[in-house]
Amino acid sequence: MAEVSRRPPLLSILIALAGAAFFLVPLIATFNFSLRMTRGELSFAAYRSVFESDTFLSVLGFSTVASLMAIALGALIVVPTAYWVRLRLPHMRPLIEFLSLMPLIIPPVVLVFGYVRLYGTSSILPLTMTETGTNILLVIGYVVLSVPYMYRAVDNGMAAIDIATLTEAAESLGASRPRTIAFVIFPNIRSAIVSGAFLTFSISLGEFVITSLLNRPAFGPYLVQMGQDYAYQPAALAIMAFAFTWVCMVLMELFATRRPGQRLLQWRAPRTVEKAKS
Amino acid sequence: MTQIAPSFGSTDSSGSALPKDTTAPRRALRLNWSWLGLLPFLLFALMFLILPVLYLVNGAFQTPDGSYSLETMLSLSAPEIAGSYGLSIKLSFASAAMGTVFGLALGYALLLGGLPGWVRRAFMTFSGVASNFAGVPLAFAFIATLGRLGLVTLVLRDVLGINIYAAGFTLFSFWGLALTYLYFQLPLMVLMITPALEGLRPEWREAAESLGASRMQYLTRVALPLLAPSVLGCFLLLFANAFGTLATIYALTSANFPVVPIVLFQQIRGNVLYNPNLGYALAVGMILIMGLSNTLYFILRRRAERWQK
Repeated sequence: MAEVSRRPPLLSILIALAGAAFFLVPLIATFNFSLRMTRGELSFAAYRSVFESDTFLSVLGFSTVASLMAIALGALIVVPTAYWVRLRLPHMRPLIEFLSLMPLIIPPVVLVFGYVRLYGTSSILPLTMTETGTNILLVIGYVVLSVPYMYRAVDNGMAAIDIATLTEAAESLGASRPRTIAFVIFPNIRSAIVSGAFLTFSISLGEFVITSLLNRPAFGPYLVQMGQDYAYQPAALAIMAFAFTWVCMVLMELFATRRPGQRLLQWRAPRTVEKAKS
Repeated sequence: MTQIAPSFGSTDSSGSALPKDTTAPRRALRLNWSWLGLLPFLLFALMFLILPVLYLVNGAFQTPDGSYSLETMLSLSAPEIAGSYGLSIKLSFASAAMGTVFGLALGYALLLGGLPGWVRRAFMTFSGVASNFAGVPLAFAFIATLGRLGLVTLVLRDVLGINIYAAGFTLFSFWGLALTYLYFQLPLMVLMITPALEGLRPEWREAAESLGASRMQYLTRVALPLLAPSVLGCFLLLFANAFGTLATIYALTSANFPVVPIVLFQQIRGNVLYNPNLGYALAVGMILIMGLSNTLYFILRRRAERWQK
């Protein structure tokens, strides 16, 4: 037995090849399809057509701004909370963690259903009556969707630094609580926040359900419309979306494993690698 | 983590030697104040998570004229609605089962199959991306691959002479959708089952082998029972993941496939059920199924963690 398992057994190789085929064939096929817009030759015409459309740029702009606002609001809500739970209220952790995971249990379509009813025309806080109000509700929806990931990223970041000592040091130098959070804790967990931010960005940029039911001129509904109207542009958009997701995930990973004070592309010191393993 | 406790003010730092009850009142007083620090988060969760859900739950137990009754929830069993739930459950079950089986096989091959490290790293990175590649773009990718004019469809027809559409397959059917879901379910399974597979200690295999067990006996009598809670837990999470999926199916079928999220989406758009309260009941039914599978997942994960140190 032991001698056989030295070289990879045939079965493992076959499974890995089948897995690779399942993962790669759709991508290759989609890429190939996206190049066929001009009859008889392979070209980037579909991509050009996407980039040249004004709608594409306007919806992308709208979604980017909404996503960035969701990241900012999410960090503003999550960072002080995670800090406070770790520092002062560790026994509240189960409740806060449960609340932060709840968006994974409530499907977005249910969430937005509650929003349009609770904050609709005849409510105390009729957010959907005005355009600004609806945009605020959209950003809030994105924040809710991202809280499970943002909270985890920030909490992991705080686990890596000694916030109790940092807080005591800041207080003994006369810093107020908000000042401690803004100028001591925040810079130390910047990587963790950025890591969570990239995941938030990849979730909210192409989000469809909440966006569509709030009737916002954003990227998700635009994608669906493109799918109904065109043949080759959707394939080009799918390839771009995949590349975009890839970039977000790589950056997320990069920032999540980065220690405070470490440069972005620096090789991790062996000691921290061992520490991370144990 | 518990070292946070001594940080209750610098003057208290020597207080750890004191008997607990003398510090108790002071601590309670401070805690009352500390609550305020969580207020922004709790308020946010209340307004945009709890109250919206409660609003729907409240509506689900009323009739359109506003009186409380179980009638609305019971009308979920009407043939059309029950059919939607059945379809949703079947689709989620099929895609989760395929994801679990194939993901487990792939994970086992990658982590314990003796493949070189770069293969494992490549698959893990790709899985991280693919598990997040859902929604509308995924639908586009599969239309370009297995749609009527998709590349794979054409290659199968022109090169191998297999016309899958003539044979009855369409991407916009049950199995076409399940296959599309598999594109994010499979990598998610690989990522989630990795800790459990890494927790299978070599000593256990060696012990089994030294007692004369064959590889098959080790797998079926030791490895699988150990993995069972994790595998079942992952299955439930994949199930919930598929159950809540809307955008992919909407873009693939132009909302013509009546799973529960699609029906709810149409109901919010234009009250297609002609009963607003039935919409609330539909949403509550979704929450119940999602909540149930997630709760079972957490229970099983706790069980599984017993074996991972």
